[in-house]
Formats: sequence, structure tokens, C-alpha cells
Amino acid sequence: MPSTRITKTQEMVYEMKVGEVMTRQVITVRPDVPMSRLRGILRQNRISGLPVLDGQRLVGLISLEDFIKWLADRAEDGPIRQRMTQHLEKVSEDDPLVLAVGKFDKSGLGRLPVVDRNDPTKLLGILTKGDVIEGLLKKLEIDYQQEQIRRHRTAHVFFEDVQADRTALVLQYDVKGQDFGQAGASSSRLKQTLHRLGVGPNLVRRVAIASFEAEMNLVVFTSGGTLRAKIQPETLLLEAADSGPGIADIACALEPGYSTAPDWVRELGFGAGMGLPNIRKSCDRFEIDSALGKGTRLTASFFVNENFHDIS
Amino acid sequence: MTLEEVCDILEAEVVAGGNLCDIEIRTACGADLMSDVLAFSKSGAVLLTGLTNVHVIRTCEMVELAAICFVRGKRPPEETVRLAAADGLPLLMTGLPMFEACGRLYGRGLRGCSENGR
Repeated sequence: MPSTRITKTQEMVYEMKVGEVMTRQVITVRPDVPMSRLRGILRQNRISGLPVLDGQRLVGLISLEDFIKWLADRAEDGPIRQRMTQHLEKVSEDDPLVLAVGKFDKSGLGRLPVVDRNDPTKLLGILTKGDVIEGLLKKLEIDYQQEQIRRHRTAHVFFEDVQADRTALVLQYDVKGQDFGQAGASSSRLKQTLHRLGVGPNLVRRVAIASFEAEMNLVVFTSGGTLRAKIQPETLLLEAADSGPGIADIACALEPGYSTAPDWVRELGFGAGMGLPNIRKSCDRFEIDSALGKGTRLTASFFVNENFHDIS
Repeated sequence: MTLEEVCDILEAEVVAGGNLCDIEIRTACGADLMSDVLAFSKSGAVLLTGLTNVHVIRTCEMVELAAICFVRGKRPPEETVRLAAADGLPLLMTGLPMFEACGRLYGRGLRGCSENGR
């Protein structure tokens, strides 16, 4: 069975009604106006055709084409009534757009009068190909914006939708020690996940910096450990834990520039003694516990409140 | 300026992400210390560096830099290029030393990461 792919625009021309895109403020002309005045009317209003109204009744359509034909015929000046198109293709306000598009295609006409379904002489508006295109574009733009808002919201209501007295989402990454090839990969995955959860870019960036530095520390100094991000409605806790060797002097380790990293690490662009200071700088609360021979536990807290919704 | 202009000014070769040459670059930073990049760079900046290992790419990914230019003719290893391509991060390579590369870009109006507020 052949499958036909329906494009978004095709779907839209079926869903949308003529009334949504037509021009309601229509410039009209009376049937007794002489042809010689038509050029001026068209030019003044920057249009190429217009409906002819006898009182309130739609009696025809006159266009630039009719005017050119009149010129070519070198006919005498006379009322528009004599040169206008009387057998009109019309559409109703509640017709689907696809019907109008079909009529444009079949007839080659530039405009279709929109009339009352019960009274085909009652003019409600005019529809040009331009109206159709503009209408579709506007609808696309609105749909696009709504989609953006919806996506944004899905992300933001994530925690509001979760019904519980206490909610926490824990993401854990196992970091291998001394494996420099993979170093940073866990932070990379954490960062992407936070993005998908709809955490604001500024907060994601701060968490990513802290997590990356913490991960580097685990790789460089320990035989491995875990990186955990605990996401709660109000706070995001980043925890790096390992089981050794521990930090001899925490106060020194927190000094920018103090480093015990081996040269090979420095050659890779790290180990300059900026790790812990960077983590401390990027988070709202910083705690570190370490015992020689036992291990280190580092907790960086980020207060979510405003930041979570921050999309800047 | 666009990344392509950065490329011209530095007489650089595009190593990866050639299709992204029309992205707009406003700021730049020069560093061989990745912790400094993490701490002081602005997202959307181009990084000039002499380091070519994969951690440069990972670092840039963390802080969302727009592109990297390797200075002093250092060609990044295959692994680095591959990771950059996977991340959609354009890589350039210039024969100029760090100081001259930074100077040229600054002279042509590119600003540093501590300037322009934001």
C-alpha cells in the first residue's frame, strides 16, 4: 500500500476555513463607474481587481485583465457593468481553504469573492492567493510558538506534575579512576540530561562546570568514585564521592593555584589548582569532607528557585 | 564577525565543522588551562588554544563554546576531531602563535570574555 505523506501545509489547508484568512475590508466599485476610471482605482488601492456591488448586492468582479482587454479592444468608454465578469466562482466563509485553493488552481483566477452561504449576492470578503499564503504562514508561526511554549512548559511542570510529599530524581554516574580517555564523559551526559529536563541554561552551565571539575578530580586523584546529581524541586545537589586517598590539607586544596597534580595531568590542561575553587565559585553552597585513607565527599548545592525557570 | 572571517584573519584551515562557518562569533578567549576556560569563558566564544586533546572538546561542550582554533600549527589528533564532529563543534587550525592569533582577532574587533557586560 503506497503511503502518502501529508505535509503540515496540506493538513492546514484542510483544517483552516476561508473566513480565517480572507480580507474583510473590501474595496468595491459600483457598476455604473466608467471603465476609464478603473485604472486610477486599482492603482490607488494597489490592487489588481475588485468586486462590483450594486447597492448591497454582488453583481460581478472587475480586474486589471478586464481593463487591459478593454484597452486592447479599443472599445468606447462605458460603465464597468459591461466589461465585468458576471459568472463568478465564489466561496463561503466556512469553506475549507483547500476548496478555495482548488478553485484558484482550476480557474487561474487571482481572487475569489467570499459570500454568505444563504445569500450568494451578499459579499463578506475577498480571498486572494496572497491571503492564503499569508494565512498559512501566520498559522505556522502561531503553531511554532505554541509548540515552543508547550515544550518549555513540559520541561517546567515536570516537578509540578510529580505528586508526592517529597520528590527527588537521582542521576548517578560511575567514574573510573586514572582513565583519562573517558574523563568528562559523565558530566557530558549529566549536562544533556539536565537540558532535557528543562533546567535553565545558566543553571545547567554552573552544574556542568562543577561536575566536570569534580569528575576530573575523581579521575586524576582517586581509583574511581561516583558522581551523583540529586534534583529536587528547590535544590540541585551535586555529590562526588570516592574511597581514597583523601585530601591532606583541605584549606590548601581550596586555595586557587594550589595543586598536587602530576605533570602528565598538567600537560593535558588540568591540574593547575583551579578545580575545587571553580566548583566553589559555581555553586551556592559548598561542602567538602575528607579523611586520609578513607576518601572524600564533596557536595555542591545549587538553589533552583528562580534559576530553574530561567530560560535566558 | 562570522567564523569564516575569523578563519580568514587567522589564515586558518578548517579541520572540522566546515558547514558551520557562517555562525556569528562575538567573543574569544585564549587559554591552555581548561579550568580557566571553565571558569572564565562565555558561551558562544571561540577558544584559541595550544592543547589538542579530547578534553579541550569536552570542556568546550560544558561551557557551550562556539568553536576552537588550535594555534602554532598544532594538528588535533583523529580522536579529537571525531569528538568535535559528533558534538557539532567547528575546529580551526592556524600556524600563528597564540599571542599573535589573539592580537589579530582583538585588533579586528573581537572582544574578550570579560568585556561587554553580559
